[in-house]
Amino acid sequence: MKYLSKRNLLIVLIAAATAYFYSKDGSVTTSVVSTATSFALPLALAAMVGIMCERTGIVNIGIEGTLLTSAFVAFFVSSLTSNILLGLAASIAVGSLLGLLLAVMAVTWKMDQIIAGTIINILATGLTSFLYVQGRTIPSTFPEYDIPKLMNLPFFGPVLFMHGPLFYFGLFVILSLYVALFKTTWGLRSRAVGEHPSSADTAGVSVARLRYINVAIAGAIGGLTGSFLSLELVGSFERGFTAGKGFTALALMIFGRWNPLGALAAAMMFGMTQAYANQLMIDQVIQIPTQFIGVLPYILTIIVLAISAGKVRPPAAEGQPYEKADA
Amino acid sequence: MSDLLEITGLTKQFPGVLANDNISLTVKAGEVVALLGENGAGKSTLVKAVFGLIKPDKGQIKISGNVIEYGDTAGVIAAGVGMVHQHFQLVPVMSVTENIILGDEPRRGFFINRQSSRKQVIELSKRYGLEVDPDAIIEDLPVGMQQRVEILKALRKDVKLLILDEPTAVLTPQEIDELLLVIRNLAKSGVGIVLITHKLHEVMAVADRVLVLRGGKAIGFTSPKESDEAGLAQMMVGRSVVLRVDKKPAKPGKAALEVRGLQVLDDRKLLSVKGVDLTVHSGEILGVAGVEGNGQRELVEAICGMRHRVSGQVLVAGVATKDMHPHAVHLAGISHIPEDREKHGLVANYSIADNLVLNQFDQAPFAKGWVRNISQVNSNADAVVEKFDIRTPSAQNLASSLSGGNKQKVVVARELSEDLKVLVAAQPTRGIDVGSIEFIHNQLIAARDRGAAVLLVSAELDEILSLSDRIAVMSGGEIVAIVDSKDADRNYIGRLMAGMKA
Amino acid sequence: MSDTKKKGFDLGNWMIPIIAVAIAMFIAGIMMKLQGADPISAYKTLFTTSFGSVAGFSATLGKATPLVLSGLAVTIGLRAGLFNIGAQGQLISGALATAWAGYALTGLPAFIHLPIALAFGIFFGGFVGYIAGALKAYRGVHEVITTIMLNSIIMALSDYLVVYHFREPGQLLTRTSEIQKSARLPFIFSLPLGFFIAIACAVLAWWIMTNTTSGFRFETVGRNKFAAWYAGISVKRTLVMAMMISGGIAGLGGAVETLGVTYRFEPAFNAGLGFDGITIALLGRAHPLGIIPGAILIGGMRAGASNMQFVAGVATELVDLLMALILFLVTAPLVTRFFKNTTSKSVTGGW
Repeated sequence: MKYLSKRNLLIVLIAAATAYFYSKDGSVTTSVVSTATSFALPLALAAMVGIMCERTGIVNIGIEGTLLTSAFVAFFVSSLTSNILLGLAASIAVGSLLGLLLAVMAVTWKMDQIIAGTIINILATGLTSFLYVQGRTIPSTFPEYDIPKLMNLPFFGPVLFMHGPLFYFGLFVILSLYVALFKTTWGLRSRAVGEHPSSADTAGVSVARLRYINVAIAGAIGGLTGSFLSLELVGSFERGFTAGKGFTALALMIFGRWNPLGALAAAMMFGMTQAYANQLMIDQVIQIPTQFIGVLPYILTIIVLAISAGKVRPPAAEGQPYEKADA
Repeated sequence: MSDLLEITGLTKQFPGVLANDNISLTVKAGEVVALLGENGAGKSTLVKAVFGLIKPDKGQIKISGNVIEYGDTAGVIAAGVGMVHQHFQLVPVMSVTENIILGDEPRRGFFINRQSSRKQVIELSKRYGLEVDPDAIIEDLPVGMQQRVEILKALRKDVKLLILDEPTAVLTPQEIDELLLVIRNLAKSGVGIVLITHKLHEVMAVADRVLVLRGGKAIGFTSPKESDEAGLAQMMVGRSVVLRVDKKPAKPGKAALEVRGLQVLDDRKLLSVKGVDLTVHSGEILGVAGVEGNGQRELVEAICGMRHRVSGQVLVAGVATKDMHPHAVHLAGISHIPEDREKHGLVANYSIADNLVLNQFDQAPFAKGWVRNISQVNSNADAVVEKFDIRTPSAQNLASSLSGGNKQKVVVARELSEDLKVLVAAQPTRGIDVGSIEFIHNQLIAARDRGAAVLLVSAELDEILSLSDRIAVMSGGEIVAIVDSKDADRNYIGRLMAGMKA
Repeated sequence: MSDTKKKGFDLGNWMIPIIAVAIAMFIAGIMMKLQGADPISAYKTLFTTSFGSVAGFSATLGKATPLVLSGLAVTIGLRAGLFNIGAQGQLISGALATAWAGYALTGLPAFIHLPIALAFGIFFGGFVGYIAGALKAYRGVHEVITTIMLNSIIMALSDYLVVYHFREPGQLLTRTSEIQKSARLPFIFSLPLGFFIAIACAVLAWWIMTNTTSGFRFETVGRNKFAAWYAGISVKRTLVMAMMISGGIAGLGGAVETLGVTYRFEPAFNAGLGFDGITIALLGRAHPLGIIPGAILIGGMRAGASNMQFVAGVATELVDLLMALILFLVTAPLVTRFFKNTTSKSVTGGW
């Protein structure tokens, strides 16, 4: 019974639909699902930022700002140095710096974490708009690297094994985070800090230190996500480039119950919905005004939250600064 | 042999409170030292200092001869100090094993070694004869079992010094006896033990030496041999304790509050009030005695409209009250001193004046239609501050600036109107100073004498015994007996509380 | 002890916002220097343009008008423990609805047409707020996410409506027709009437918050939901009301902008006004009157920005950067005090 939740039913339904379409028209379905994975990965990675933070009790509403800033930095550093690897490194560095900024505000200053995250978002918008220069280009994007043999698998080959290096690395990050969170001492301690910080503290785990570390690593993942968007997936940058992905990621995190695999599945559902919608438009099955194409994820986000928000249990200490003397 | 713990001249000042004033204490191996004192006497501060959780202003703490530094909790633990916290330091959603190994996990590389963790827990539990299920999730366990986990967690780390903070607060008398036995056995095996408590008979039963604290000061050392319960009590409160509050015999009138067949679920959706019938007459105090967690909280919340009544009725003067609507219940005539005054009773960053009208801000004379009458609110506040001796420079100060006792006075003052019909008081004196306790006790009796029906729920059996006219004993979600307080006997009630057929 | 302030806000200490603005300008100055511009000339142009002449000051007040209202919208939310970062979307809804009422309704005298047009703005802004409020109260969805998502949805929806339904006939640009003369907000002594409406709203809001039972309900819910529920205040209804009023005020901001400045709706015209409201509300320490100076300051920056770009060669986005820095600097000390001692996790609680 445990596995027959509505959530899993949804996954099964989508998988079944995909299988059905695949039997009808293999190549189109493959390309749709492949597009969906490309949509889904940055969302899932961004959700990892949220999971990392919230599992240790820090609400991070500033993911959007982290993505925007790091995508910007990735693009412009690559452009100035003509080296996309430097761009990647810079974006990861900036991402973790923003993580540290959040940690300072949330852990040390004990600010309201929603407002702290909003500051990061507004700071990101302000900085990137001010520093943005039109007409710059980067030498190249990260090239697609098809994994030998695996790429020849029907369906799964193009869907999973014909992407750029950051895609594979991102997927690796997601899977490792799952293992780390539930199988390692770091994971146990992080979750304890997020659920009941004084238990961790009295057991000799430094709550503040772990929160700092995790939020900074989360920021680095945000930086990677930004790089993925501007250096691998799109290859450009404009103002407002990330278009709310950081907020969608929060919804995916909740829908995925703060579990990396859950969030990955949720992101995949998101990606599929959008990819199918795009395909239906291309096929002229449905016609929607262009203005509404980009809106689909936002509407989905609200619907997903309206369904799941009240029902899932977030980490108990989420959003609360830890006062040592409460122990 | 050197002392396990050596505290010299420890002083800690908090804003407005001198929590510890030049306290010195030593504990040797195999010795049980009781720290006896009321809430607010400075016991917790002392312990937090030992763990490096707060920074002392003056003084020094040594463990096995080594000075400990502020912030070095891990070092203190490594030195062999274990702690059983009053508020369990357990992660509710994790398993027993995970909780016990947290902070010092058996590992294989980066990974937790699950098998060896589990084995350790089983061995530990066998060694000390404290049986637990290593795979159970904490929040599914009963409180006594959770405490067992808490103790095992402390014992796991080759503990030389074990500190137990109010360990019996949530236990039945029988569980308490078991715990005291465990403490004695541990001491026999060479562990030094600090037992923090305010319960005299526990001290008498188990301690070798007693340090009495009062208002942050060390009043002195004594031992069960040199003193008795009355002597300890006197040291603790600084004057001879009036065990019986002065009160005239009750003159019970008509039934004012009637509870009929009430069934209520707790937070975990388990039936925790299993069909309770109670009648409280005007002009009497009915005390509900019981070990915490036997449904008293849920009973009170259901009566006051804060928790859904699965079945049954609550009537005031024969009229049924509304379910799940605390304000409607209030208007029907039930005043309520809520157990969690910080959460339900007060808005911390409102002024005292606003807090005093919190549940009548939109009624005359505090509002005329849509517009509040601020001057009425303020003059009411000034009068109440005077009458209830609320210690504050001004009624315009924030409620958060008050001490616990004065906060409680604000809540009590708000609930005690002149035409009070029914008062439900839940743990009305928990965590507050002696002066405020006495004041509130007198207010409860005065309310009774004015003809109010008072339902008093308290975990302090002494409070129940001294205030009540009749005593209902609650155990396992049921009222197991109702006795006249004249016939009440401490031991008899204790057995009833423990769910034994007396 | 300095705990004698009635409402728990440190209203006496106005130094923090002033210092924050100064430091922000200093940092932004360094960044301009790094870009090779002259910060002194840039700031001089910025402020003489907006505050140096009657015409300039009038333009500043015009810019400040929707900012007062969006700042007020965010403030009302904060008072009830809600963080409405959707003032942007609410403002756009209000602006578009008002524009429609302004050009489509014809033959009405000004004293009827104007109020109707304003009411359209309030209603549609309030409706968008209501959606977020209801989702928060009845489905437990955090308002920060819904309002941000609604911003994007409304942006797209308004774009669509203007392109396909409300476009000025024969016009290539995406914009509506100009509103009727009868719906225009007049000027009084060369100052825009809208500004006075906004100030009146702020004063009214302040009076309501401090002197009425409704205000008390809002504040109680904002500070301790449990105590509010216990004291007989319907928390859910209050949350929905607060979001609705907050949205309505933001919508009025859009309406006033449309009827007093732009005279039509054009999708990109209002960008950023709602977000500026967040900075203004926090700069004004979430006090209904405290937002006014902040709104005028930022209105001035917005009004002078294009001239600054022309004279000193500094991008108008400098203002965005300044605002972000101000927000960061002003909130750190403020918010710690603002939300401390609340037993409820008022702002961050529950997704």
